[in-house]
Amino acid sequence: MHNRPQHFHAQAETALANAELRANFRGAMDYLRDKRKTAFADADEERTIRDRAEAIRQRCLSKLPELLEQLESNCIANGIRVHWAENADQANAIFTDIIQSHGGTLAVKGKSMVSEEIELNHAMEKEGITCLESDMGEYIVQLGQETPSHIIMPAIHKNKRQVAELFTEHVPGFQHTLDVDTLIQTGRNVLREKYRTADVGVSGVNFAVAETGTLCLVENEGNGRMCTTVPEVHIAITGIEKVVEFLADVPPLFSALTRSATGQLVTTYFNMISGPRKENELDGPKEVHLVLLDNGRSQAFADEEMRKTLQCIRCGACMNHCPVYTRIGGHAYGTVYPGPIGKIISPHLMGLEATQDLPTASSLCGACGEVCPVRIPIPELLQRLRHEAKQDPKPGTAPMRGQKAAASNAEAFVWRSFALITSRPVLYRMLTWCATRFRRLIPNKLGPWTRCRTAPKPAARTLRELMAERNK
Amino acid sequence: MSTARTAILDRLRRVNARPLPVKNPDYPIWTSTDREDMLVRLTELLEQNHAEVTRLPRAGLVAALRERVSGAGLKRLATGTGGEFFEEITQALQGTAEQLCFDQPLEQWKDELFNHVDAGITGCHGAIAATGSLVLWPGPAEPRTLSLVPPCHIAILKASTLHANLPAMMTEQGWGRGMPTNLLLVSGPSKTADIQQTLAYGAHGPKELVVLILEDA
Amino acid sequence: MSTIRIYPAMPKKVYVYATCLVDTFSPDSGLDAIRLLERTGVEVVYVPKQSCCGQPAYSSGYDDDARTTALSQMALFPEPWPVIVLSGSCGGMMHHHYRRLFAGSEHEQSVNEFCDRVFELTEFLVHVCRLRLEDKGPATSVVLHTSCAARREMNVHVTARQLLGQLEQVELREQDYESECCGFGGTFSVRHPAISEAMVQDKTRHLCETRAEQLISADWGCLLNINGALEYQGQPLRGMHLASFLLSRLEEKHA
Repeated sequence: MHNRPQHFHAQAETALANAELRANFRGAMDYLRDKRKTAFADADEERTIRDRAEAIRQRCLSKLPELLEQLESNCIANGIRVHWAENADQANAIFTDIIQSHGGTLAVKGKSMVSEEIELNHAMEKEGITCLESDMGEYIVQLGQETPSHIIMPAIHKNKRQVAELFTEHVPGFQHTLDVDTLIQTGRNVLREKYRTADVGVSGVNFAVAETGTLCLVENEGNGRMCTTVPEVHIAITGIEKVVEFLADVPPLFSALTRSATGQLVTTYFNMISGPRKENELDGPKEVHLVLLDNGRSQAFADEEMRKTLQCIRCGACMNHCPVYTRIGGHAYGTVYPGPIGKIISPHLMGLEATQDLPTASSLCGACGEVCPVRIPIPELLQRLRHEAKQDPKPGTAPMRGQKAAASNAEAFVWRSFALITSRPVLYRMLTWCATRFRRLIPNKLGPWTRCRTAPKPAARTLRELMAERNK
Repeated sequence: MSTARTAILDRLRRVNARPLPVKNPDYPIWTSTDREDMLVRLTELLEQNHAEVTRLPRAGLVAALRERVSGAGLKRLATGTGGEFFEEITQALQGTAEQLCFDQPLEQWKDELFNHVDAGITGCHGAIAATGSLVLWPGPAEPRTLSLVPPCHIAILKASTLHANLPAMMTEQGWGRGMPTNLLLVSGPSKTADIQQTLAYGAHGPKELVVLILEDA
Repeated sequence: MSTIRIYPAMPKKVYVYATCLVDTFSPDSGLDAIRLLERTGVEVVYVPKQSCCGQPAYSSGYDDDARTTALSQMALFPEPWPVIVLSGSCGGMMHHHYRRLFAGSEHEQSVNEFCDRVFELTEFLVHVCRLRLEDKGPATSVVLHTSCAARREMNVHVTARQLLGQLEQVELREQDYESECCGFGGTFSVRHPAISEAMVQDKTRHLCETRAEQLISADWGCLLNINGALEYQGQPLRGMHLASFLLSRLEEKHA
């Protein structure tokens, strides 16, 4: 029932035909673009903070294996138990083991895209464990048995009327209203009861600090604090790329993140966790676990250019500014991470075969690269993935998962012919001569082009001919 | 899963990535050495984020607390069992409201804290003017959930603990040498814009944040 | 990519790179651009063997084929004169992406030298020719569409505006979502026609809403897309190349 990247074309068409969805996204993207613009009113400030954030992310990635080991040993010294998972199955098994060892049946979860990536809720359900989303947007999405459509605003595809309908259907005693405060209070009341009774709290991590063994969480709602403070066990999961070297690396990244994401100078809460409850402390989890997930990231890491994909701090600015995402929304992609960043990270997580339509679904307009706070050259990486989807790996390098999956002899022939014609003046002259002379023979219907446009009509003479006449 | 650990680290090591030196290009960050400047900025930003801020002398703390508690009709307040302001808090609550000291593990009074407490009172470790943030450093005397679970959080801040910005505070206090189990920046009451980009307060944590700044302390 | 560019002094000669779209679909724009350049006193050299910059193959993932095309084109411009490209998008290909295509290859140095010589028309007119325009045309209103590559790879959306801004009788109207892509993207428009359609429909709506008399762009890729959509919708608005528009304003006969 969930969307898949293999069906991108059909899913995109469905989304495009949904006027309410289109309006919801347009409104939301306008709002988020505006917020970011206000937060970066000063262009110099924007440039310099991006310089800093990019430098930090590149440095930390350049030392990734060492920093992971340092993070691990400092976490252990702080009393945090560290687990490693190569893929979703291993990560879910770790969760199951920890939760079952406590006889747990209810987990509350703060927002974590990595947990979406491993389909944690689904995997826990199979083990008889309920994993409840507690971020307001995620809660709404889970009630509707959907997936997030945006990485920081999960329910952005819904308007308040649709949320009210969902509550009417699923929340006992809910009195229908379109008042957002009341809607939020409804969610609050349901969820507070769950924080109180949950056995385990689950969270993601925004930055994991190697120097101090600290897990940093950025949020506005307080559900992240609830999940990491109230239940007796806290399990944090993060991709291996989220590690930073120094605590001093955190403030600039934090600032770049909040300003790019929601245009905030700072979020309501910035939560730094460096261990479980100590002997003499009266609250906080008694156990803290950290799960480090690879799941395709080491493939991106292996190539110097693609490694830049891992600089991402998950702010969502690329999708907010993407003309494609704005029109089709997040679900159409069929991947956990939608939008431009999703197009460059998903091929590593899921392989190029399944995701081959994603890198081509971009006009390469560059809006994403223009706003990325850590300057990931997203258009260039899209370009690179288009190449890898069609060609053999560079000699001496390992193939990507799904390398060459989109190769087609017919297309290869087209581009070989293109190269031949454009590099042989005689052939090119012949072709353009024919195009101009027989221009009236060009059909009115030209496949997909003419579904909303008239067919292009070549001129009567080419520039080359006009210039030849002029120079006579 | 030590095999996963070895496999992941091996894959990363095989790449032989060239470690980049520490190169930190400067970026502008709000700063000041003037106490009043910092106080004005902190107050402004906290208020923009829907917190209620009062500046007062330390001598006025008991009265201000009492006024706030009775004025808002708060009946039951959770407090720590120590901390710098414990005596003043206790004095203020006497005869005004019921004081519930956090003197037992959370598990033993979770229901009460969640459902039968009107506000939690804590001190602050410090504050950051640049972003309008309170810095909380919870511990045995003032546990974490005091500032999280009750619907109102009253925070008491000494103006002398104010720092211009986060990097300055981190460096000055040497956070990099070791961190407490939990360190928090709080910049307003809990909020969300998850439903149609409409801002609503009190998503999960406190709906109200009351900040009392002691100007001479 | 938008690093600050140092511009050379006014040269005696320049090459003009018309692009395959101008060559085939709008040769008049090419002629007008050449005339405009000539008015600044520079000698314009048009190499008739030029074809296409290779971008379609490159953006489809066929780097080898793109390299074949690119090498053949670069060989046509051996003198150290600036190469003036009549499109921001092809300019971006030849100024930026050629470097990436040949990085680490035996051609790297010569390619980089070539890329340094590539300029988009409007940036060259403004920053090198320091063109001053005297508007002799009647009062009119225009709306400008800048291609994404011109804006984000070449940073020349500013120069197109500066040129139009010099025309006293021309009112430049602002469109909503000006910086948003028109949905062309070369092969994108045929690989993902439904998304491209949604984008061009929004773009044409925002352009028409300005009620400007004329649409101006310095990119024939976008114009092929936008004009095709405008014609399909039966809208009277049409786009013309900036070079043609500027030239028309300088000539008394149009007044």
